Amino acid sequence: MKLCEMTAYELSAALAERRVSAVEVVKAVFERIDAWEEELRCYITLDREGALAAAREVDAERAKGAKGTKGAKEANSRPLAGIPVAVKDNLSTRGLPTTCGSRHLQHYIPPYDATVIEKIRAAGMIVIGKTNMDEFAMGSSTETSGFYPTRNPWDTARIPGGSSGGSAAAVAAGEAVLALGSDTGGSIRQPAAFCGVVGLKPTYGLVSRYGLGAYGSSFDQVGPLARDVRDTAMLLQVLAGYDPLDSTSIHREVPDYLAALGGDVRGLVVGLPQEYFSPGIDSGVRAAVLAAVKVLEEGGAIIKEVSLPHTEYALAAFYLIAPSECSSNLARFDGIRYGYRAAGAPDTVTMFCRSRAESFGPEVKRRIMLGTYALSSGYYDAYYLKAQRVRTLVKQDFDKAFAECQVLVTPTTPTTAFRLGEKINDPLAMYMTDICTIPVNMAALPAISVPCGLVGGLPVGLQLIAPVLQEELLLRTAYYYEQAAAPLSHCPKPEPKPEPKPSSEVSK
Amino acid sequence: MNYETIIGLEVHAELLTASKLWCGCSTAFGNEPNTQVCPICLGLPGTLPVLNEKAVEYAVKAGLALGCRIAEWSRFDRKQYFYPDLPKAYQISQYDLPLCREGRVVITVDGLSREVGILRVHLEEEAGKLVHSGESLHGSEYSLVDYNRGGIPLIEIVTAPDLRSPEEARIFLERLRTVLRYIGVSDCKMEEGSLRCDANVNLRIKDEEGEYRTPIVEIKNLNSFRAVERALTYEVRRQVDEFMEKGRPPAGTDLSRTKVTAGWNEALGRTYVQRQKELADDYRYFPDPDLPPVVLSSEQVEKWRAELPELPEEKESRFRREYGLPAYDAAVLTASRAVADLFEETARLTGDAKMVSNWVMGEVFRLLKGAGDDLEQALRHCSITPAALAELLLFVKNERINANSGKEVLEEMYRTGKAATQIIAEKGLEQISGRDQLAGLVAEVIAAHPGVVEDIKNGKKAAIGFLVGQVMKATKGKANPKLVNELITQSLS
Repeated sequence: MKLCEMTAYELSAALAERRVSAVEVVKAVFERIDAWEEELRCYITLDREGALAAAREVDAERAKGAKGTKGAKEANSRPLAGIPVAVKDNLSTRGLPTTCGSRHLQHYIPPYDATVIEKIRAAGMIVIGKTNMDEFAMGSSTETSGFYPTRNPWDTARIPGGSSGGSAAAVAAGEAVLALGSDTGGSIRQPAAFCGVVGLKPTYGLVSRYGLGAYGSSFDQVGPLARDVRDTAMLLQVLAGYDPLDSTSIHREVPDYLAALGGDVRGLVVGLPQEYFSPGIDSGVRAAVLAAVKVLEEGGAIIKEVSLPHTEYALAAFYLIAPSECSSNLARFDGIRYGYRAAGAPDTVTMFCRSRAESFGPEVKRRIMLGTYALSSGYYDAYYLKAQRVRTLVKQDFDKAFAECQVLVTPTTPTTAFRLGEKINDPLAMYMTDICTIPVNMAALPAISVPCGLVGGLPVGLQLIAPVLQEELLLRTAYYYEQAAAPLSHCPKPEPKPEPKPSSEVSK
Repeated sequence: MNYETIIGLEVHAELLTASKLWCGCSTAFGNEPNTQVCPICLGLPGTLPVLNEKAVEYAVKAGLALGCRIAEWSRFDRKQYFYPDLPKAYQISQYDLPLCREGRVVITVDGLSREVGILRVHLEEEAGKLVHSGESLHGSEYSLVDYNRGGIPLIEIVTAPDLRSPEEARIFLERLRTVLRYIGVSDCKMEEGSLRCDANVNLRIKDEEGEYRTPIVEIKNLNSFRAVERALTYEVRRQVDEFMEKGRPPAGTDLSRTKVTAGWNEALGRTYVQRQKELADDYRYFPDPDLPPVVLSSEQVEKWRAELPELPEEKESRFRREYGLPAYDAAVLTASRAVADLFEETARLTGDAKMVSNWVMGEVFRLLKGAGDDLEQALRHCSITPAALAELLLFVKNERINANSGKEVLEEMYRTGKAATQIIAEKGLEQISGRDQLAGLVAEVIAAHPGVVEDIKNGKKAAIGFLVGQVMKATKGKANPKLVNELITQSLS
């Protein structure tokens, strides 16, 4: 198995025992990038030099550490040191362009690191580059990226999902070992499902939002994407925790997520919300999810039908609240201090209008207009306020369901990955692809998507939802399922090329 | 024509916190542009606000000092508009749930007490500052933005439409400044923009056709007390003239959107209708999802209330009671906390409150007024401390120098910062109070003016003053005039 196809856990052990070096791992990842990136386009920015420099530093520290016990301890406290990670391009990285997938920010280089970036750097992780995404995270296919779409490694005629499509595809394709994404209405879980990787949306407030380009501030969460549940737990361990720079982050001790993985599901009460198994769900997807439920049942879980009656209103309410927040959050992109500025405007108002009109894509404009409308005087009560009331009802649905069960199981998406161009001109059809994930953000809950097999050669995602701050329960259940079912027998690989492309890194 | 003037003010005061409202940047005034900025106050993508707790304390203390109810639960909202000085394109402010509401301020106008309602006090952030190459943003070749000021905490104080004249508006604003300075939450320097005022004014006209209200005009950004009074006076006059000329608008005219925004041209002495920042005035307020609500326990609020210093109203009545000051003197001395402190400490050091109040309100004020309208600022920046003033006044009180010399010394102290003792020594101003020293001189003066002596003996007592004057002249003003008078009277009787 190639280094770039190994899990972070495996690589961590190999690095600790000095069977491989961080530089070798990083080079392996770039070798895969050289082989496949041209076709997949997972990244907007690659930082080859920065990654190699960081890897050398990690190797040097480890070499120093090997001589003394203090260093060994240090290595244990930084299990992900030397592991390559891809970062979604809406996370602020000092000195590295952070475009949020928008032409508007094509040349914006932040002077500061997001809190999660500080954390992964402190953990010794190696930032490979910044991944492609739907513009300002508004989209479900990575097709609204201001630069180019990303392709699904399982079938390059298909989209990888979105908005964290670049991150999910990179992890699936071996162009990264781990990745950071952000999830406002499913933007981690949905691409994870489409790309056959694991994606976790933490409880709102568990991971700092400081440095995350805001889309829907009351929904946005940063979270991990990985090839299996254990890697997901390891990365979540690094990301989670209170941040004084984020007033919405939760003040609480972070549990040991890796330690939570053991154990079985005997006696676990698993709820199946009937609304998530409606005829709108593809039959193959439903069958795969129900087969996964069977695995849990065979492991001793108690399966129970539950109801989340307001589910049908969640999407509509979300598409009022999130655009309202985004219309405000994106107002700062006025071309004054940074970002794209239209030339030759005769006055400031024209400059604002043109700078925005010329640099935002149609989906971003649509949501800004929706949100501006919903917040306008005379409409606020009927739209924004009413949507917030629906949000409360959706939240109460989950509270009631969790009185009857411990964890909910649903499909992550109604279908498998669709084709490029299939839905891009039908916004409503595109919005519907997040129908299973959006209610979770409405209720601030944690949820994970794990692969549960292939349908027509394409991965299907199983979504597990838990009460607030029960990430340990989510990870334990998902890990049990993954170990019991081994749902994916292989990972996607690039077509072998007639001649291997020379790579300067490899020959060095 | 019978009309009533209706005025309400919206006052913005910058709070004296060391750091900004949402980040750790300094709030210092007057530094190089864009040296007190960070990713947060520049609104860079991904940054988030974290509330400065000191700003909440100051805003609540302002509310308490203005007699407001403090909300147990309030929150921040986004007020949205595009402008180059507003980095996030929204101002974090408070909309329907402000920190403080329903207060009152008592002012004295023509010797009568008037109560002015305070509708609300809320906390919000300051915008940056534009520097135009031309007159204004519109029509300038270019404009520069300084974000040092952006994010400094502000309180907005909104009064009820209780003010009935431009003079009342000015007196209220002066009172407000006094209170905010007393509690130390704002320095209220109108010239530096740390206190700003928008005034809403219209008229309630009563004539034979009944009552009519003229459209409300909001005059923006008044930056001196004088400007507030002048602009309002002008605007009242203008509204009266307009009504006289045009009368009522035709029936069916929509008056709901007739609020006009105006500016004030200080040089021309007139208001002018302003261009709007945006086409429509819809700020699309909504709760800021980045900030949790502000929840204040009553224990916390009471702790802050207990920390409030003696307020001007209380100090005024105590001065009357404790020092026996007339109402007017007590009011004048307590209009500034620095002045009140100067008076009280100097009175303690000299043991003569009446004398100190006369000197402070007379000579000290005369000197300070030379430095501008703002007595408190002038006092803080000069060398007249209670100890220095007391030293001087003890010379006068103990008749070691006379009152005129005292005034001269005070002026010198104010100008040079020297101590009274030094100036008196240098100028040799100490009075001649020795009977023996003066007796000879008195005899000489009497001998030299037999005619005057005759007049006095014939009952023209006032002529003694002439002889005293002659002795003073001969001593270059250093003789103790009381003693001279006594000696002359003695020798002539």
